[in-house]
Amino acid sequence: MATKKSTRIGRIAVAPSVILLFLWMIVPLGMTLYFSTQRYNLLNPDRSGFVGWLNYRAFLTNPGFTTALVNTLILVGAVLLITVVLGILIAVLLDQPIKGRGFVRLMVIAPFFIMPTVSALVWKNLLMHPVSGFFAWIMRSLGLTPVDWFTHHPLLSIILIVAWQWLPFATLILFTALQSLDLEQKEAAEMDGAGPFSYFFEMVLPHLARPITVVIMMETIFLLSVFAEILVTTQGGPGQQTTNIAFLVYAQALLNYNVGGASAGGIVAVVLANIVAFFLVRLVGKNLEA
Amino acid sequence: MARRTSPARVAVFTALGWAVGFVVFFPILWMVLTSFKTELEAFRTPPSFLFFDWTLENYAIVQARSDYLRYAMNSIVLAGGSTLAALVFAIPAAWAMAFSPTERTRGTLLWMLSTKMMPPVGVLVPMYLLFRDFSLLDTHVGLIAVLALGNLPIVIWMLYTYFKEIPRDILEASRMDGASSWKEIVFVLTPMAVPGIASTILLNVILAWNEAFWTLNLSTIKAAPLTAFIASYSSPEGLFWAKLSAASTLAIAPILVLGWFSQRQLVRGLTFGAVK
Repeated sequence: MATKKSTRIGRIAVAPSVILLFLWMIVPLGMTLYFSTQRYNLLNPDRSGFVGWLNYRAFLTNPGFTTALVNTLILVGAVLLITVVLGILIAVLLDQPIKGRGFVRLMVIAPFFIMPTVSALVWKNLLMHPVSGFFAWIMRSLGLTPVDWFTHHPLLSIILIVAWQWLPFATLILFTALQSLDLEQKEAAEMDGAGPFSYFFEMVLPHLARPITVVIMMETIFLLSVFAEILVTTQGGPGQQTTNIAFLVYAQALLNYNVGGASAGGIVAVVLANIVAFFLVRLVGKNLEA
Repeated sequence: MARRTSPARVAVFTALGWAVGFVVFFPILWMVLTSFKTELEAFRTPPSFLFFDWTLENYAIVQARSDYLRYAMNSIVLAGGSTLAALVFAIPAAWAMAFSPTERTRGTLLWMLSTKMMPPVGVLVPMYLLFRDFSLLDTHVGLIAVLALGNLPIVIWMLYTYFKEIPRDILEASRMDGASSWKEIVFVLTPMAVPGIASTILLNVILAWNEAFWTLNLSTIKAAPLTAFIASYSSPEGLFWAKLSAASTLAIAPILVLGWFSQRQLVRGLTFGAVK
């Protein structure tokens, strides 16, 4: 149905977006690549020149890098685990006959719309404060000693905050997928006298396999770049305990003014993200054909 | 529904569902409650839930800070501006790809998606330097451009999935009637595309409103939106909880309401149509 004329008009219509996105991707990325091979510190602009792999070697052998990489992986892995497991459970729960389900759903998805700086500060102060926080009050009421979250478990604290932000995303997508599970299939399963557990493992989980993959991929992309939550709560500390790759690059660039080193770190972050993106694009691409 | 929906079963799941919903929502509820307390009350243990002297003074103080309105305006300008800018480019592109696809359409769409995979820190350094050299730091124009480009792939994808669903028969029928391409677009297709475009606008406004990497790194005062305003509460410990809560409540309220209206589109937009 595409005529020659409409194809030509189509190209003209698509071109601006393609060109813009291409420039947006290639210009800064090319600059990052270039800077990553240069000695370039904004505090000391006189010393400059090509240094080859030096910035990469410095970035990768910096003990801070290993810590940041491990922190990044723990953060991503833990948040994925929490959000997917709880997301499945809550999605299945929401799929049950619940009076006022619409309202419950509104409450469950609300955290997703809260800006990161608000979530982080509200959790850090109102909930997790070791003396006056809400959690401290609960612990004391139960006769326990309150936890000093950000002093003793800084990374766990960040994980909890970020998991709370992303739980709605997992829940919403899994719930949407669950609702497309054929009603007849559900009834047939009940006729067969399938218990709730065998029903869950034999029917529900296989049906959710694909949406779960989508959730994991999408969350990973965003979780690799967690930044604001760290900036407003711990600044990467204490020590380096909550510094992830994104924050390490930020610190190199805007706190140490080390353009070369930060650029090398940026490229490392891009490579990491691309490993994930590779699989995601495949997955979505398959869906596009279907 | 032939499922066994005995009253007992409904009661159990209803109680469980509401309990879970309440726990997840609690931090937001607690923040809103705290915003109506005095600073002293906000800090008090054991905390008071509903029986305290409700006060609006925190809202008055936040509003009275001469700069609050500027931050709020900046949020509106950035979210609105970047959405508009993205739409101007995305509508023709999505339109063309949905209605006259070529053999390259699929590849183009996937490539656009892949640009979204680039972590922002990967280009933080050059963006910062470019912004500095072109005097774009802390300007609306610069941030609008970055936010629009960042969301452009999502906007195109979302519009594409909506446009794809407009039935082709209608097009053919109007062509039979001899309608020109322009008439076709204006009178036949546009009305059918409006809901999809509206949903896309909603999602993009939400994403841009909450964006907290570029807005925190590329703005300081003049163009800084509410994300940065709230971040400025991060240094002083305690003492400002009630004001922090009031400012936060004001910052999230409009977007939370929008978000509640656009749940379904959110699923589609954020999974690039992989889950509907």
